[in-house]
Amino acid sequence: MTTTTGPHPTRRLILQGAASVALLGLGNLPFAAAPARAAANDKYPEEAFKQKREADAIKALYGRTAEPSDKVKLDAPEIAENGGVVPISVTTTLDKVTSISFFVAENPFALAASYKIPDGTIPAVANRLKMARTTKLVAIVEADGKLYSASKEVKVTVGGCGG
Amino acid sequence: MASSIRVRATSNGDITEVQALIQHPMDTGLVKDSKGELIPAHFIQQLKFECNGRDVFVADWGTAVSKDPYVKFSFKGAKKGDEIKISWTDNKGGSDTTTAKIA
Repeated sequence: MTTTTGPHPTRRLILQGAASVALLGLGNLPFAAAPARAAANDKYPEEAFKQKREADAIKALYGRTAEPSDKVKLDAPEIAENGGVVPISVTTTLDKVTSISFFVAENPFALAASYKIPDGTIPAVANRLKMARTTKLVAIVEADGKLYSASKEVKVTVGGCGG
Repeated sequence: MASSIRVRATSNGDITEVQALIQHPMDTGLVKDSKGELIPAHFIQQLKFECNGRDVFVADWGTAVSKDPYVKFSFKGAKKGDEIKISWTDNKGGSDTTTAKIA
């Protein structure tokens, strides 16, 4: 069994120096009466992944809204040449982080990935996402029961929908 | 059969950095094949990393995660030689598991 290094055929990412992090407000999302805390339990958040709009997906996953924070650092390319593979990472200096989630505003389904961060795990994640077109990327960090966000507009040259 | 999961876990003092690369089509269910028929959705929904009997990282994924997914994270409380167990399940009931020693 191979669990070590070695070249991988699809490992072709061009990491571009992503510099600034644009902090945009998420707008006034309607307040949800019952905080679902879906991200807090162990179940796969099926409903959240079915939501088309970013605001609905955030509500379905967390049951409340996030506030922009400069303690959440979202790193993504300014321009993604291939929307099928966009390298995206998040780090934060916030304490007591319990989850980190990624949303792509204009994808067919906004929620891309949600990561649970147990005690002892560093609140930083890197992954690769698909982006259908040029749109806003939002990262949400759940820390000490509150939600903090960072967002960034990524230009997509070729969309990630294949075909 | 070769595992679909390739992991590298390296210890740097108290912090262990884990990188994983999984072979999976991650089909969205929105793309048509050459005959114009929709390719059904087929994607990993949950990916778990366990070390010393506890979850250290759990990923819930939708269709927007790239084909052959990659993920990187770090955690504390493990040392060289400890074993990490990685497992995933997809929306069609498929799954795979592997283990890796922290180097």
